[in-house]
Amino acid sequence: MITTLIYSLTGLILFGMGFFTLIIHSHPLRKILAVNVMSTGVFLILVATAYIPLGEGEIDPVPHAMVLTGIVVSVSVTALALILACRIQETSNSSLPGKRQQGEVPEESIR
Amino acid sequence: MSRTGKDHKQLDGFQRMLLLLVICMVMLLGYIIWSTPGNKPVLTDAVAQMQEQSGVESPVTAVLLNFRGYDTLLEVMVLLLAVIGTWSLTEAFFPEQVSEISPVQMGVVRLLAPVMCLVAAYLVWQGSHLAGGAFQGGAIFGAAGVLMLVTELPGLRTIPVPPLRLGLVLGPLLFTGIALFCLFITGDLLGYPEGAGGWLILLIETGCAVSIGLTLASLFAGGRPDNEFQGKNSPVSRTVSGDRS
Amino acid sequence: MSYFIFTIFDIVLVLSMVWIAWHLLGTEDIFKAVVLFISFGLLMALAWVRMRAPDVALAEAALGAGLTGPLFLSALRRMNRTRKGERRLDSDETR
Repeated sequence: MITTLIYSLTGLILFGMGFFTLIIHSHPLRKILAVNVMSTGVFLILVATAYIPLGEGEIDPVPHAMVLTGIVVSVSVTALALILACRIQETSNSSLPGKRQQGEVPEESIR
Repeated sequence: MSRTGKDHKQLDGFQRMLLLLVICMVMLLGYIIWSTPGNKPVLTDAVAQMQEQSGVESPVTAVLLNFRGYDTLLEVMVLLLAVIGTWSLTEAFFPEQVSEISPVQMGVVRLLAPVMCLVAAYLVWQGSHLAGGAFQGGAIFGAAGVLMLVTELPGLRTIPVPPLRLGLVLGPLLFTGIALFCLFITGDLLGYPEGAGGWLILLIETGCAVSIGLTLASLFAGGRPDNEFQGKNSPVSRTVSGDRS
Repeated sequence: MSYFIFTIFDIVLVLSMVWIAWHLLGTEDIFKAVVLFISFGLLMALAWVRMRAPDVALAEAALGAGLTGPLFLSALRRMNRTRKGERRLDSDETR
């Protein structure tokens, strides 16, 4: 019971952190990272709810299957979002909006 | 100082309000989680009862490909749609000048790529009775593709497109075909006939693993293969178009 | 006794996950954020094993850590290239 609670609350904290970052940051890569962290938090809550300690019975496999589906879909969504972000930057003339005000480091030190 | 957490940096009033709202939401959700009763209704027994009929021993695989097979069918379609979206957006991204591949890197790829394919096949086969399955195997297979893409093997640039496309739709086509076949035989979409469930699931998993691996590698390549539109040998025409820019 | 040890393991794992998530969301350097995200995915795989979900752990280790990270890195490289003015010539734009 305590384990379920610990991991559920962690998932919730991750969700909240990701959600806040998603709103306040404007760099697309940062937003996609935040969405990934959010989805991880949701998966953690889902799997933690199904958790039963060892020796007290079998685990419910349905949430696991759902999370498995969710992970694969989130990876493909991430890939598509990244390509979209790249295309937006390639086709727009100016650099990304809000870059300077978020204090992003200049391009030399990113890579 | 690169250590700028969210609160270390100066937030303006609007962002402070947002932070407050998010904290309120998290606390509300936390209360809901806290007050959820401990003994939840679970489907463990329902799955365990039907386990023998499903044809596989692993409960997760049984749920994924038998009891909730419709979910997985649509998920494979989502993956295919992601590739279609990527291919319609842009071309694959290859560096302009081909650099020499270092022998160490080449040796690593030669050593690792076949082993990864073997591990992928093992994971797919293992999925029927232990942890593993089409997605894990497909992911390893895709990682082998990513490894080759990172090494920038010259052969990948001129990879023939029709077989690639065929591989991408192999899983979805096989899955849909078996679903329709079951519809004709048993009258249910994805209702496998008695006793044949194990073999059909293994067949679907193999096809899906190949498709998922190719899908992930194509997503990493980030676009359609570029020799598709330029007709013939792409490196030559690429350098020409590069000069024009 | 073993219950106690497991709870301590849970707390350490959870704290490190939250710490890494905090840094990956807060750091200014996106490259660093992506690398932290990969390690975050590996810790998540550990958490899935602790949750008795080996299937999910395998998928997370292969997909969440192994493939999402390189996806981000290649997107980052591509964006940096574009920003430096090496605009790629697309077949759509030439026509």
